[in-house]
Amino acid sequence: MSSEHLSSAHVSGEHVSGEHVSSEDPWAQLQSTALLGTDRRPLPALSGSPAFTAAAAAVAGQDPATGLLELAALATVRRRAGLLPARAPQAARPAAVDLRPVLPEAAASRLGVLLAGRATGGGQANLAELLPQWLAEARARGYRPPAALVPALLDTARARSELRGDVVALAGPLGRWLAEHNPQWRYVLRTVGGDSPAEGERIWQEGLFAERVTHLTRLRRTDPAAALTLLAGTWSTERAEDRLLFLDALQEGLGAADEPFLETALDDRSKNVRATAAELLSSLPGSALGRRMADRALAAVRLADDGRRLLVAPPTACDTAMQRDGIAPSSPTGRGQRAWWLGELLAATPLSTWTSAFGLTPTQLLALPVADETEDATDATDATTDAADAVGSSDQWREELREAWARAAVRQHDADWARVLLGPAPRGARVSPGAPAKLLAVLPPPERAAWTAAFLRSHGLGDAFQLLGACATPWTPPLSTAVVAALERAAASGSYPWSHSGVLGLTERSLAPATAPAVEALATDAAPDTAWSETFARLAGTLRFRAAMLAELE
Amino acid sequence: MEERWSTEHVLSLAPDAASLKAAGKLSGPAPWSGAGWGQGALWGECRGSGSTPYRTVVELGGPAYQCSCPSRKFPCKHALGLLLLWSGSPEAVPGGTVPPEWAAAWLAGRQKRAQKVSAPAAADPVAAARRAERRSARVAAGAQELCLRLADRIRQGLADPAAASAGWDQVAARMVDAQAPGLAARARELGSAGQESLLAEYALLHLLAAAYQRVGELPEPLAATVRARVGFTTDTAELLAGPTVRDQWLVLGRRDNADANLTTRRVWLHGTKTGRSALLLAFGRPGQAPDLPLPTGQLLEAELAFHPSARPLRAVIGARYGTPGTARTLPSGLSPTAGLAAYGEAVADDPWVESWPVVLAGVVPVPGRPDWYLTDGQHALPIRDTGEDARWRLAAVSGGRPVTVFGECGHRGFTPVTVWDESGKATGVSG
Repeated sequence: MSSEHLSSAHVSGEHVSGEHVSSEDPWAQLQSTALLGTDRRPLPALSGSPAFTAAAAAVAGQDPATGLLELAALATVRRRAGLLPARAPQAARPAAVDLRPVLPEAAASRLGVLLAGRATGGGQANLAELLPQWLAEARARGYRPPAALVPALLDTARARSELRGDVVALAGPLGRWLAEHNPQWRYVLRTVGGDSPAEGERIWQEGLFAERVTHLTRLRRTDPAAALTLLAGTWSTERAEDRLLFLDALQEGLGAADEPFLETALDDRSKNVRATAAELLSSLPGSALGRRMADRALAAVRLADDGRRLLVAPPTACDTAMQRDGIAPSSPTGRGQRAWWLGELLAATPLSTWTSAFGLTPTQLLALPVADETEDATDATDATTDAADAVGSSDQWREELREAWARAAVRQHDADWARVLLGPAPRGARVSPGAPAKLLAVLPPPERAAWTAAFLRSHGLGDAFQLLGACATPWTPPLSTAVVAALERAAASGSYPWSHSGVLGLTERSLAPATAPAVEALATDAAPDTAWSETFARLAGTLRFRAAMLAELE
Repeated sequence: MEERWSTEHVLSLAPDAASLKAAGKLSGPAPWSGAGWGQGALWGECRGSGSTPYRTVVELGGPAYQCSCPSRKFPCKHALGLLLLWSGSPEAVPGGTVPPEWAAAWLAGRQKRAQKVSAPAAADPVAAARRAERRSARVAAGAQELCLRLADRIRQGLADPAAASAGWDQVAARMVDAQAPGLAARARELGSAGQESLLAEYALLHLLAAAYQRVGELPEPLAATVRARVGFTTDTAELLAGPTVRDQWLVLGRRDNADANLTTRRVWLHGTKTGRSALLLAFGRPGQAPDLPLPTGQLLEAELAFHPSARPLRAVIGARYGTPGTARTLPSGLSPTAGLAAYGEAVADDPWVESWPVVLAGVVPVPGRPDWYLTDGQHALPIRDTGEDARWRLAAVSGGRPVTVFGECGHRGFTPVTVWDESGKATGVSG
């Protein structure tokens, strides 16, 4: 007589397994009688074990239905008491061993809170904002998260793709192992795919567009030449809008080796692709495009013979060679054509062209008056007279030059030029925040912070959003102090916190934790139960949370 | 010095999802002032919409909660929020401090009440005996009716599944009237039993109802099992007045099941000296967490009184001794074969037992579609009644390597409750 096995077929409740149940099995006999009903079918004469034979005899002569129930109870208990386990399934190979140190206990429970903040859906928007910071920090410190939290981590990054890079790195070999078993986490395999060339090739050939861009960008960081080869291999079959973004990815790790490819892209079918290729070439030191631009630029702007003025002769036409180098024949905003051509030309000209051709520093160049070549006939020996008499177009040219140089400085990441163009933080006068924010981004982080702090001191929060966004996080203590002081002034001036919600959001993520006491003081001083007191209290809470969160990762 | 509770522990105290959400908003330091903990208590003042802040105290030992807010939930969102703050942001709740006067007053009052022994209500033994007799007669009548109904269905046949599972709700209602809630619950389940298990469930329910009709002739332990399964309960105080088992009990795990009307918490213990298994149950109405805060891995010296049974498992907790400790080592465990054999032995004593608490050692969870298994490389048990999240947590802790798993082993398979990683850290995997 056979004992029964606890196999999936048998316990799933779907059907009786044929494996161990023969027609002689008492259970099968009872079952088929029960299905038809004892009114239609007599109680079977049970064969099998002596126990059953005895039991069957004991119920004989009783009501057959009751007898069947009693025998079925016996058979059920017998089956349950004698169950055997199923045969072992094929186990998968285990996850690779993760040698990184496990997260400190406090940091591990913090991660639990941050991940649960999403799960419970409570109004803790700032937890969701702090998770990226936590992940980046934990990843940078080379920790391994507790295994039990890895599924929740993978789920979170499945919904928030911007977290995938950090999450996949943190999850490590266990994350990959889990992703091999759970299709919902397949993205992990694609995200880490760049680690092996074969897998990278597969992503490039079969992946979704976003995965391909990510892969290309990652590969550019480690092996720019390999990435270029990958791109060149499929370039002719890519769609125009995809080519544009792939080309954009070449910014990462841009070098002289990319020049031939970019030169051919100047002849691309798509206008936007051509323009992007030209822009990349113009920021590539020593490129042929840069030299062509320099030749054109030096024909358009020269130093007057007395060395005290710049004379401008903007191009009179936009020939095909210029168009091939990325200069559009007409301005999209309808500006005067010659001014437009000049601006485009200068923005694409290597800045070193000027310093080496004229032998002047950026500061000296920017201080020079600018005149139109055609007006050079008017003799202007005295600089002050010249400025006073300057016709409108000269002033305009000076602005055009500044504007174009600023674009060139941003494109070429030239800190020296950016510094001079920015000047000290402006006082009083309102400035348009766009250009300074871009120039700022070229400066080293401490300088950026110092400039923005000075700006805040004289201008308040009004135009500061983009500038603050350009500063590295966490903000330096002086910048943090300047932000807190500006917030205090904003509160005192009677404005509403929500009119500064953009800046406040940045502040929650970026303010130095050391500023917490100052913010708490603000919360205490603010009139109770006002929007500002709540704002400051929440900000202080977030700062304390962030400080504790980062301290745990030490 | 006590340890701060884990966030999961605090979350498990929440009476419902709405409280959890509301408490989440109060779990940051912003609304709190004067928060502190020490002397086994935690307190703080929470600024709400009104002018006076709510004063919240938690006595951690009970735990017991007190809050000046008007909420009828228990613990309220303020108490939960304060616990979350304490657990998640240690910097916001300084330890080793002395409670302020308003908190100390409540704590002192609580201690005084706890010392007062409540005098048992004078019972009338004659009336009680008469009541018991009346109930026995009603239950016996109900059991007889149930036997007839089951036999009727067998006469007609179970082939038509709609007919076979129809009408059991009304039968269940009649069993409730007959004061036999155990029979009622099983009858109700027949309405949803699958075709394969239907005959087995009919047969076991028939066996129970028939056994009750001759409960007087059964040996006492089996008679107690039958009475308990039919639905007779024994009062906790009465149990604790009887024999108790003192041991150092290890908390192996717990599981909460919530439905619309009731949250049931099961906590499994293992006696480290006696080797006995025990199951504690606690119930909470909606808006009230089951009052059994025993974290997995805790070691507590206590007296347990077991409900009488041929196979005692369910118990109530009596006197506790000393401060609970924390287990630092893995519990020892069995192979899948031995685990299933342990269940088989339990079935031999109590035919109605569905599963038996078992620790499995050296088993690997194997994800599958659809069935997951726990295997020692030789044999395997299918994983049952475990949700997607919990199964993947189990897989993650293992990473494809052998782990120790506690759970319920039964005829349907194995339902994991707790898994331990190689460092001895426990993770809950029920649900």
